[in-house]
Amino acid sequence: MKYLYTVRGDDFARAGKASTEFKHVLSQLGIDPAVIKHSSVAMYEAEINMVIHAGGGVAEADLSPERVLITMRDRGPGIPDIDLAMTEGYSTAPEWIRELGFGAGMGLPNMRRNADELKVESVVGEGTTVTILIRLPTAGEGK
Amino acid sequence: MSPVGLPYFHSVTLDPDRCVGCTTCIKQCPSEAIRVRKGKARIIAERCIDCGECIRTCPHGAKKAVSDSLSALGDFRLKVAMPAPALFSQFEESISIDRILGGLLALGFDEVFEVAEAAELVTAATKGLMEGRMAGTPDAQPRPLVSSACPAVVKLVQVRYPSLIPNLVPLLPPMEVAARYVKEVLHPGESGIGVFFISPCAGKVTAARAPLGYEKSAVDAVIGLKDIYLPLRAALGKAGKKPISHAGGAGLAWAMSEGESKALGERRSISVDGIANVIGVLEALENGKLKGIQYIEALACPAGCVGGPLTVENPYISRSRLGNRAISLMPTATSRSLGCLGSLAWDNPILPRSSRLLDPDMLRAMIMLEEIEHLVGQLPGLDCGSCGSPTCQSLAEDVVRGNALETDCIFRLRETVRELAGRLLALEELKPPGLDTE
Ligand SMILES: Nc1ncnc2c1ncn2[C@@H]1O[C@H](COP(=O)(O)OP(=O)(O)OP(=O)(O)O)[C@@H](O)[C@H]1O
Ligand code: SF4
Ligand SMILES: [Mg+2]
Repeated sequence: MKYLYTVRGDDFARAGKASTEFKHVLSQLGIDPAVIKHSSVAMYEAEINMVIHAGGGVAEADLSPERVLITMRDRGPGIPDIDLAMTEGYSTAPEWIRELGFGAGMGLPNMRRNADELKVESVVGEGTTVTILIRLPTAGEGK
Repeated sequence: MSPVGLPYFHSVTLDPDRCVGCTTCIKQCPSEAIRVRKGKARIIAERCIDCGECIRTCPHGAKKAVSDSLSALGDFRLKVAMPAPALFSQFEESISIDRILGGLLALGFDEVFEVAEAAELVTAATKGLMEGRMAGTPDAQPRPLVSSACPAVVKLVQVRYPSLIPNLVPLLPPMEVAARYVKEVLHPGESGIGVFFISPCAGKVTAARAPLGYEKSAVDAVIGLKDIYLPLRAALGKAGKKPISHAGGAGLAWAMSEGESKALGERRSISVDGIANVIGVLEALENGKLKGIQYIEALACPAGCVGGPLTVENPYISRSRLGNRAISLMPTATSRSLGCLGSLAWDNPILPRSSRLLDPDMLRAMIMLEEIEHLVGQLPGLDCGSCGSPTCQSLAEDVVRGNALETDCIFRLRETVRELAGRLLALEELKPPGLDTE
């Protein structure tokens, strides 16, 4: 089952809406609270990155009984050095973004911590795709 | 019937005689727990968090809290009044706390015990917890800690933010500490003791009857602040002169926003009041946004308990009065120590209880979700509320859960009627072969 959300790049006040809506879906399905938390944190960080660094994009969340697969696609400037971007504390966020409490360079590392698998693909000048995979505990197994 | 242990006990109820079936409350409820069906509002028990938002907003006064009346005093040998600190905010500052306490005695109580004193004890225990000094609690408790003093917030976390249950302060709230103190420390082993909590809200009624975090409450009866307000005003004149207040300013200030975090002395804290704002902060916390914050004081009511749904004064006037009272007192004044109460830790863990779950079987829930999505696409998206559900999305959920019909939507109904009319016209054209004239 697939859910599509448009993430607007010009509306900072609404940033986080896609992850909130998808969280609602997960709780309707009775997904384990710990899994919901991991998925919300990872999706939220990716969504904020799309707003701050890439002018918005599209979030797609695909759900099966085994896993949550979240794909965040944007047509922003791309990331020249992905390994560097994944480093804790690395950020290119401008001053005004930092004043809003973002730009600590913790988003991507946080996504990696919360996802079971994280893939960042990017082409400079074309855009970035972040894929977050979170496995669901099978019945009887905790996370 | 004892409501203890009832899974979905809640204290906010409807007065059907006053309800006119307008849709004001369904729009205001932060849990989407109210529907209008057959011309009357109904509360969905498993969703109600007892925040009292509907009590506040119903234009017809049709929502109330099930509380006890003063006549329950007759059931006990020794009656102890336990006023929430919010009570003192409802009177002008010229009326001293001692006079208000004296008024309670004049109303027929034998003793008074200020819940603000217990709040001082809870503050001390919370400090211990923050510094990792408390035995028997999870050592790796995540930060920030979220205050568990407001029962509406605790229930909100349980049904909507279950991943944050481990962040809740696992300590008894001041009301419960006060009641146990009265029974176990001041009157151990005595029978016939009746502990009456004077409450600013419905949430505390629920916390006394079907608590979360502890098995059974030591509170015997809960009297709504607005029910006792007028008799108490009348009794003020008869109050004796003996000074009886023991509580300090810090305990008093628990009834208003920022009071709890200031008492803790933790600067890396967030104080949030009003249920919509609380939801915003918990949402941010669940998204991992509040790094570095150590403590969240979250109160469901505007300005804190001084704005509780059973209070009578404007919340901001009350807060200003209580603030003035608090600064005129020593911050901590109670001379009580926990004594035989020992620890203030919860007796029971709180278990998650999602109010949004569609079906315990995930595959089945997924099918239902697809049906909901499909149906939402057919609805006009106006969220007008005429169907009795707060939004088009929630009507779709109600239909798929089997609790409403698609044609409850007046727009869908109109379309259906139009289709039907078209079919009728077409049928009317058809004549039985025998009557068909050429
Ligand atoms: N979608 C994207 N498009 C372009 N650049 C990106 C994108 N996502 C991340 N980046 C780059 O990677 C850097 C690190 O991202 P990360 O999320 O870890 O930190 P941040 O967003 O700068 O700060 P924080 O997430 O702590 O608020 C960013 O500063 C930015 O240069
Ligand atoms: S803020 Fe205070 S008065 Fe309001 S619901 Fe919570 S405990 Fe009750
Ligand atoms: Mg980021």
